[in-house]
Amino acid sequence: MNKKKEAKRIIFNSEKEMPLVAMSLGSMLYNKTGAWRNIKPVIDLSQCIKCGICWKFCPDVAIDIVDEWPQINYDYCKGCGICAEECPQKCITMVEEEK
Amino acid sequence: MTKERKMTITIPQDELMSSGHLACQGCGATLAMRYALKALGQKTILCIPACCWSVIDGPFPHSSLDVPIYHCAFETAASSASGVKAGLEMVGDQETIVMAWAGDGGTFDIGLQALSGAAERNEDIIYTCYDNEAYMNTGIQRSSATPLGAWTTTTPVKHYKNRPKKDLIGIMAAHRIPYIATASVAYPEDMVKKYKKAKEIKGTRFIHVYAPCPTGWKSRPDDTIKLARLAVQTGYFPLYEVENGEKWTLNLKIKERKPIVDYLKLQGRFRHLKEEEIVMIQREVDANWERLLKKCGI
Repeated sequence: MNKKKEAKRIIFNSEKEMPLVAMSLGSMLYNKTGAWRNIKPVIDLSQCIKCGICWKFCPDVAIDIVDEWPQINYDYCKGCGICAEECPQKCITMVEEEK
Repeated sequence: MTKERKMTITIPQDELMSSGHLACQGCGATLAMRYALKALGQKTILCIPACCWSVIDGPFPHSSLDVPIYHCAFETAASSASGVKAGLEMVGDQETIVMAWAGDGGTFDIGLQALSGAAERNEDIIYTCYDNEAYMNTGIQRSSATPLGAWTTTTPVKHYKNRPKKDLIGIMAAHRIPYIATASVAYPEDMVKKYKKAKEIKGTRFIHVYAPCPTGWKSRPDDTIKLARLAVQTGYFPLYEVENGEKWTLNLKIKERKPIVDYLKLQGRFRHLKEEEIVMIQREVDANWERLLKKCGI
């Protein structure tokens, strides 16, 4: 569902371009929240049992299911660490972000 | 290792919330919205008063949700939702669900009169209170949902909150509305089930969602789910339903409740508590639990 939307920021150049009422014209996908992160999760797929728990508990909807495997979208992952904490196999580790 | 196996999906896969929203790391309220919209689907209109979610959603003209949202004044969540529903009925739309989505400040304190009015009229709306136990959006001020003993910026350590949390479910049950439920972000399957049940019922439906706030509770962002789960396992926030104000059902029976200290020690807002104060909180939790069991007839 996310993929279909455009990650573009809408900027109005004049008042005339604005809609008459406050309505949403685009999604927040332009806001790449990955920059907030200090530590990032890394999944060791060889240990993964595909329980779907990391996907289920991600508050940033930053874990996608690609070909039945979990995949982290680092553009949006804020690095909260819920996935690493909740993983029953403990196969997600939080590593220091390199800048 | 498990190449053929399919990913286990226990909640609907459709995503009505997009990434890029403005919530803090490890936000419980965001998870609550994600699960609620998964259950309710696209045909939903949200009425959001001033609360964290009016910020999380994003600035005009962007929105992180795929459903229409009406941002209303702080005290008018329930009355705005009633108005939106009446408007939909005028144009012959019976299908669309109107949900008021307010924080604990907008429900327990400021929005209570509008909520009580809507419940008394039995308006056909879903009212969700996502409870993070203080006014988190404005800077962690005490609300009547703040628990006994908690630190907030207006109840500093020396004068921590000395009154227990308001029994909102009791107040709502006294209105005899068709459906009331409590849900927790640590139990998404249960939460989705409750929203799906609420969707089928006509009349005012009230759902109280427990949403931990790492920023306000001074807890680690990765402990969000753990805290929500401990709140249920200690009996501090039990999962139950009330139908027509009379039929109380406990959804998750806990054989042996964990001590409340397990839950308190993970949060910085309870760090100042001494042993006798923890005993006092434990007594309060026990009393509430016994009261609930009696109502459920167990």
